[in-house]
Formats: sequence, structure tokens, C-alpha cells
Amino acid sequence: MSVLPPPRKSPQQRTTSPTQPPQVRSRAAMALSAAAAEGRFVLQVCPECDSVQYPPRDACVSCLNTNLMWQDVDPSGTLLAQTTVNISVNLYFRERGDWRVGTVHLDAGPSVVCHLHCDCVTRGRVRLINRLDRAGEGVMIALPEGGKATLQSDPQLNALSSDPTHRRVLITDARAPNTPMLAKALLEAGAATVFVGEAESWLPYPTRQALDKVKNVEILPLDVTDTASVQRLAAEIGGKTDILINNARFLRPGGVMARGSTGFASQEMEVNYLGLMRLAQAFGPGMCARTADGVNSAVAWVNLLAVSALSNQPGFGTFSASQAAARSLSQNMRADFRASGLRVMNVYAGPTDDAWQQPVHPPKVAPIALARAIVTGLREGLEDVYCGDVAQDIAQRFRENPGLLEHEVTAGELG
Amino acid sequence: MSLNTLATLAAEIATGAVRIVDLTHTLDPDFPVIILPPEFGQCARFRMEEVSAYDHRGPGWKWHNLTLNEHTGTHFDAPAHWISGRDLPHNTVDAIPVSDFVGPVVVIDCTQGAEKDDDFELTPEGIAVHEATHGKIPKDAWVFMRTDWSKRSGAAYLNMKDDGPHSPGPTPEAIQMLINKRDIRGFGTETVGTDAGQGAHYAPPFPAHYFLHGAGKYGLQCMANLDQLPPTGALLLAAPLKIKNGTGSPLRVMALVADGAS
Repeated sequence: MSVLPPPRKSPQQRTTSPTQPPQVRSRAAMALSAAAAEGRFVLQVCPECDSVQYPPRDACVSCLNTNLMWQDVDPSGTLLAQTTVNISVNLYFRERGDWRVGTVHLDAGPSVVCHLHCDCVTRGRVRLINRLDRAGEGVMIALPEGGKATLQSDPQLNALSSDPTHRRVLITDARAPNTPMLAKALLEAGAATVFVGEAESWLPYPTRQALDKVKNVEILPLDVTDTASVQRLAAEIGGKTDILINNARFLRPGGVMARGSTGFASQEMEVNYLGLMRLAQAFGPGMCARTADGVNSAVAWVNLLAVSALSNQPGFGTFSASQAAARSLSQNMRADFRASGLRVMNVYAGPTDDAWQQPVHPPKVAPIALARAIVTGLREGLEDVYCGDVAQDIAQRFRENPGLLEHEVTAGELG
Repeated sequence: MSLNTLATLAAEIATGAVRIVDLTHTLDPDFPVIILPPEFGQCARFRMEEVSAYDHRGPGWKWHNLTLNEHTGTHFDAPAHWISGRDLPHNTVDAIPVSDFVGPVVVIDCTQGAEKDDDFELTPEGIAVHEATHGKIPKDAWVFMRTDWSKRSGAAYLNMKDDGPHSPGPTPEAIQMLINKRDIRGFGTETVGTDAGQGAHYAPPFPAHYFLHGAGKYGLQCMANLDQLPPTGALLLAAPLKIKNGTGSPLRVMALVADGAS
């Protein structure tokens, strides 16, 4: 089912305020949300008796072991029964009309009450996915097994995704080598327009020609190091920026002792950390106010980060510090944006295929891989995306043991 | 005598008989700065960050924090800016005698050449042509190379190509002649530096910087309105900020021009 382009909005119509599905979760259940942020389907498994648990709990349903482990489990099951809720006491569901829910018996053991994709049939085979709802909490959704059903193909579940279709995207740095590819990918994914921010128009740059050739790209002045420039662009297009992709980045190799001063480090912080803050302060309020504004509502904020944000990589030591600062700020943005439902998606990559990381050994992330990861992450409504083998490996080690990862990286094993 | 001179000057400024010409570009975040190879440290752009604007951050007042390099916008170069001048006495902006900040200025018109050739060079021959019409450049004068480059904006100002920027400047021989034979006080331009855009390819590289500062002379660049100055007879006021050990400074450059100046 394809979504039609929205008509131009009536200037007399009040913008709908965002409402939210229920938010309160137990601490145990929050682990589901953390997994949903990465699009993983996990359930608690008892290490003593192997029983799979649902809903989340503090002790094993079979043997009372209190050391339950969250694990990726088989998401296959059978839809036992379904019903349609016509009227809900919750404002979010009330506004959305009839809502289908069902009980799925998982092959792994437990039964789960979950949202249903419109193509699911009773007694049919389904696969469950775990995704964030607009309150930022993990919810289970049943999709028909083996089919090509997506969140986008169900009008109600589409609200869980950050689909670029018909949306207007701002990519903040025209000079970044990945910008032409990102713009193309977003437009191919259905974006209506891609605005691209251009700093220092007095200085030519190689990606400009490639950008000029992409239809539906509008290049506008934006320098994330200049507060007035960020405010000017937000005043101009802040009310029609539905997805913001911050790819502005300043990077120089070297750590603390390789630098004779704080010069490059301060540029790294100006662009990578304070630039993000300027964008958030200028664009955040307008985007948060428009998260329920119809088909092309504001939906997601995307930060491109280096995976060295998780653990400092000595060869790019001060750059890593700026990435860690940006990551921390993105967590703050999530907290501030939470009430609006505007999703902050961090896309982490290992070394990228560009001039400053030319001496770094492969594998390196090509612009096309980054573009695909962004589009997929938006469609799946994710919060954390790890693009490429290096980022995925580092993320896995970080999840398992951040202290061990630090020792591995600073000892040079992964550097 | 001096009292009379100053009183006359004040009166003539008041009547407009002596005009004050502003040779300064506005400090603007979008104004180009010199671009060095990216491995090197870069010149900070001009930035203004609001501290408060009659609001909760300070209800009754508005003010900004500024970020900039000593060499951002219309600026003064002290001898300590270049390695050739690093061991000279009084080589920083705080140590230069203040009397050096007021003095005569000679303007060499290079507009015709610069209009035809982005890489136009001021040569000893070009200086000789100027002197043939306007007289010998006096000792201890500022010498400005007028190109009307300040009328350019955007990408045309820095004029950056794949092989670097292209803008007019003096040859090594011309700058040596001004220093050794005319003993000038300093050299000023409308372009982003005292050297030509392709100045890195002279021997020595960046000869204006190298020879001027090695001889304890000063530089002024990114100036505007040189077309409002006479070839001789104007008085220049160019006082950099008093920055401890500063190698240069943004500044307001002004010239006093008398009616009838040639």
C-alpha cells in the first residue's frame, strides 16, 4: 500500500500536537526498548533451565533463578487469536481509530500479545519484530512470515518507522564526501526534497558538481560553526525539515601528545559537538512541534558518528573525544525530544573511505554503505545503527565489556 | 606650531576639507580567510556567539563572545608573524612604537593590470612608472598596492583553483626594492595577504612576508576603498590591538585625505 503525497497544508489548520502511546515500563522491560533501538528481537532466557520468558520479569518463571539473560531468540510463531480495539482510553490509540492486536505463540515458548500487521491472519505463521514506538519504548509487532511485509506497508505501523517517503530532508554539510550519495539515496527512498547546507560558498569544493546534478537537491547556506547561520537556515526551512541528517564533521589524525596545541581539537569540538548543539537548538523546537503533522511530519534526527565515540581510538584520539561528546549530547537530545516522539538515530561507522582516513587499513565504509544504513535505519525506525564490520564488531565488544574493549583498543590490537 | 596644526586638522575634518576614508571590511563570518594546506593549522574564521540579548541570560544588556585569528579580516601583520622576523626587537603588536601606527601612505595603481590578469605582479618597473608620475616614494611611508580586488566578493575574492588561489601581488624584486631602496614602513593590499595568491612559488616563498617582516616592516591586508585614496598625500591611521606577543591584529584602518591631494 503506497502512501500518497500529502496535499499542501491549509494555512488555517492548526498543527496537530503529538500524543504518545503508554510510556511506563519496569526496569526489566526497558531492556526490550534498548534492544528495539537496534532492531533486535530479544527475550530473557534462564541460564539454569533454558526457559524463554515473556513478559520481562526479575525471576525465572520455571525455577526462580534471578539471573535471567537477554538473548536474541527465534522470532517465529503462530498467530493464535486477534481482535480489533475500536475505542481506547489512551489518547494516542484513540486518535488512530481501529487497532489490531493479537496473541502470538512463539516457537521458542512464550505467548506474546502484540501489534499486528494488516496482512496477518489467525492461525497463520508470523515473525515478531521488536521496534520502538513513538514513546521510545520497545513494542512487539507480528508480520506475516516469509513475506515482504514492512512497517511501511501498514498505515498504522508506519508510525513506528521514520520512512523518508514524501519527507523533506536536510543534510547539513555539502562538502562532506558522502553527501552526493546520501542525497541520491534519500531521494531514491522517496524523499520529496533534499536540502543541503553549504558552508563558505567562497571556497570551491569537489562534491559541488556531483550535487548540482542531483534533481530535487536544494543547496542553501549553512555553517554549523556559525550560530547566526544555523539560526537563519532554521528560520527559513525549520518548519519543513522532516528529517535532519547531520554529516558535518571535522577530523584530523592524532591524539593528545601528537598535537602541539588545542587548535584542531577545538575545531573538532566546534563542528562535531557544538555544531550539533547549534543545530539542535535551532531546528529541534520546530521539528518537535511537527511530529504529528500528517504524512510528511517531522520524524527523525540522524547523527553520523564514528564508532570511536564508544571507546577512544588513539590514532584519532582527539577526534574520538569529540565523537564521544557528540554521542553524549545525542543522548541528551533523546531525552529532550522524547515527549515529541522525534527520533534521534545515531549511525556509527568505523573508518570511512575518505582523504583523512586514507592511510587506515580496510575495511572502510563507503558512502553507499552509509547511505543504505541510513535509509534502512529510518525505515525500521531505529535509534542505533552500526554500519559496517568494524562498527558492528566494536559495538558488540562494547556491549559485552567496555573495559576490555578499552584495553584492546589502547593496546593497539584493534587500532 | 603643533597645537595650531592639530586645531586646523580638527577644523578641517569638521568641515570635510579633510575626509576620513574607512579602508576596513566589516568583520563578517562569511569573509574569506587565507587557506593553507589542511595538514597545517588554519586561520580561525570570525565568529560571534551571543552571551545575552536582553533576555534570561542577562535581562538588560546584549553582548557577544568573539572568536577570530590575529589575521582574520582587515588586519595588520607584525614582524613576528614570519620566521624571518621572529628574533627582531619590538616585533609584536604590543611592542611596536605607537608612532609607527600613524604615517604617510603612497598608493600604486595596479588596477589596469589586475583587471586583465588575476596573477598580476607588481615589479620594480611598475614602481618606476608610478614614481615617474607621482615622485619618489618617501622614506618610512606605507605603500599600498591598489588592485580594486576588494570589490570582488564570494568565490571570486580568494579565486581558489585546483592549483591554489590566484590574486595579484609583488615580485620578490619589487618588495626588496621597496625595503632596501625606499626604506618603506610597510606594504598593504586589498587581497587576503600581502603576497600574491601564487606567492608560494616565488623564491623565497611568500616574498612579501619574508622580506618585509625580516626587515622589521609591517603588512596590511584585506583592505577596502583604496580607490578613494590619492596616490600620495594621505595620512594613514592603522593601530592594531595591543595583544601581548601578538603577531598581528584585526583593526580599523583609516586614512585622512585632504582636498586637493594629488
